[in-house]
Amino acid sequence: MKIAVLSGKGGTGKTLVSVNLAVTAVDAAYVDCDVEEPNGHLFLKPQELETTQVMVPVPEVNETLCNGCRVCVDFCKFNALAFIKNKPVLFPEVCHSCGGCVKLCPQKAMTEKAKEVGYAEKGLSGSIRFYGGTMKTGETSGVPILRELFQMTKEEEELSIFDCPPGSACMVMESIKDADYCILVAEPTIFGSHNLSLVHELVKVFKKPFGVVLNKCTEVENPSETFCLEHDITILGKIPFDYKLGALNSEGLIVAEELPEYRDLFTRLLGRIKDEVTLCGNC
Amino acid sequence: MRQLLILSGKGGTGKTTIASAFIKLVKAKAFADCDVDAPNLHLIMNQLGEPKRSDYYGLPKAAIDENSCIGCGSCFENCRFEAIVAKGGKYEVDHFACEGCSVCEALCQVKAISMVPAIAGELMLYKDAESIFSTAQLKMGSGTSGMLVTSVKNQIKDAAYPDTELAIIDGSPGIGCPVIASMSGVDMVLIVAEPSVSGISDMERIVKTARQFGVKMAVCVNKYDTNLANTKKIEEYCRKEKLLFAGVVPFDTTAGKAINAGLSVIDVKCPAQEAVLELFDATMKLFRAI
Amino acid sequence: MKIAIPVNDDRVTVCVSFGRTALFMLLDTLTGAKEYLDNSAVASQGGAGIKAAQILVDHEIKVLLTPRCGENAAAVLKAADIELYKTSGDSVEENLRAFKAGELPKLNDIHPGFHNHGGK
Repeated sequence: MKIAVLSGKGGTGKTLVSVNLAVTAVDAAYVDCDVEEPNGHLFLKPQELETTQVMVPVPEVNETLCNGCRVCVDFCKFNALAFIKNKPVLFPEVCHSCGGCVKLCPQKAMTEKAKEVGYAEKGLSGSIRFYGGTMKTGETSGVPILRELFQMTKEEEELSIFDCPPGSACMVMESIKDADYCILVAEPTIFGSHNLSLVHELVKVFKKPFGVVLNKCTEVENPSETFCLEHDITILGKIPFDYKLGALNSEGLIVAEELPEYRDLFTRLLGRIKDEVTLCGNC
Repeated sequence: MRQLLILSGKGGTGKTTIASAFIKLVKAKAFADCDVDAPNLHLIMNQLGEPKRSDYYGLPKAAIDENSCIGCGSCFENCRFEAIVAKGGKYEVDHFACEGCSVCEALCQVKAISMVPAIAGELMLYKDAESIFSTAQLKMGSGTSGMLVTSVKNQIKDAAYPDTELAIIDGSPGIGCPVIASMSGVDMVLIVAEPSVSGISDMERIVKTARQFGVKMAVCVNKYDTNLANTKKIEEYCRKEKLLFAGVVPFDTTAGKAINAGLSVIDVKCPAQEAVLELFDATMKLFRAI
Repeated sequence: MKIAIPVNDDRVTVCVSFGRTALFMLLDTLTGAKEYLDNSAVASQGGAGIKAAQILVDHEIKVLLTPRCGENAAAVLKAADIELYKTSGDSVEENLRAFKAGELPKLNDIHPGFHNHGGK
């Protein structure tokens, strides 16, 4: 069962929910898809880490074979190749690794070499299988690292929780692609409800069954709750606004392990989610 | 026209809350929301009237004419982005996955593939007698957000009143393409950090990223009293890394209520209001000294 | 020799961006002939600086006068032996005069590439 946790807005509590659900489930995998700003490892503190470098192919010119025809330079849609003194010159950071220049070179003078963009790793946190990755700063996209992570998690048969990045763009889409169910985490602010509506659109377009967890709830009116009620969206559970929870979280502690009321809350939430997934599986 | 950009690394630290306060305090004649994926600034800037809207085109995307397609699979085998899918003996393009490289178009033996313009978002420009506000919404699932961010910034450049001295830009979380695009041409970045282990980790990565692009930075801590020890850690980090430290803002539920009512944190009398005023003064002092 | 300078649509003011300028003005110092070139790089998603530099290389420019230049574009220009000079103020005529009089400094302050989303 693959569950993706997303939010649209940053800071709503995706990692809080993902990490705590994973430890509550005990036999589970946690996958940190936010490779730009990963946080899961700060809570799960995985051991026995195996690291894999993630490489992308970038072109390399064989100058002896190159006859200066410029097919590659004129083809590149990303302007990653310039033509100076009769030879193509590569700008690797704009290259999208599409392989077009290599495939189209009439002289077969273009080959590919590997460029590192970051790394993926797996480890253990108690019984939880941890998967995470980090993009090198200065790189533009973490998608190649995500793809490596998904390869690594293929063998997971039990519950896998995918902790997504904020937003709703390509990284998030990539993260929810194979999900069986999506949990949308929302906070009680107008920013939160506005961004909730964005990811709500996203999961509908991708035809994913989903439900909402309302975080940082107080007695005051909650624009995100209102949104859910107006759109007939399943509310899976509510996490209260709680200074104790915030304090523990800010220290990198897992609240379901530290406080019995949260162990109970996340147990109930996990049960509710499993019921929903089963229900949706029967639709 | 000089530019102040507000970034954070981690999401939810308070960029938009602080940006909107600064915009009001400085009576900014130009401001922008570069979080094109999930823009929020417009929700509290109380813009009257309709913005000028324009379609934003990303890279053209591939389209396969199913009548011409002979199902040879050449496009499918050569697509590096898993954007070609098999369907009923022929092939079609997954619009979300296509990156516009046009390898498929080049390799198709029967010219069944063409690159067609693709709307990837919408640019919006609000203008009143005093100021302009540039923002955009990326179409859900689109790539090329970096270029849309650049368009948002170019809109300010093109539309700003001639006497505009300062533009304030609300940025996005993360450290990737849209953040890098927003940093271009900026005079100073104010990083809004939060005192949690996640917040510190993310702050370090955005600092490293901004350094790589040679951008001047200052750091402030929002919700500082939720963890005093971590706030101290951030202050020490700034000292060690020789980063300008602009100040702190307390966690304040009154501020949250103000935002939900469509007001800025400086419109309501509360502890956060005072702190933001001090932060503003300190930031502007640092900014003028650059 | 041919000099290039990025100019706005009005053709009299210098454009603040090299990679995304609307037009390049090319001046042949021998004949005094002026030519205006559309910068097709402006439509690029990324790599605009590289493409703009390529246009100048292809037109056999020897000198570029510009207020700023990104590191990728600069790499292209330098590899092609094109010299870069830093403009001052936004008058095209004034900058051309200053260049001819040897008053313009070389452009040494090359900013890091913004993954080609650059331009102030």
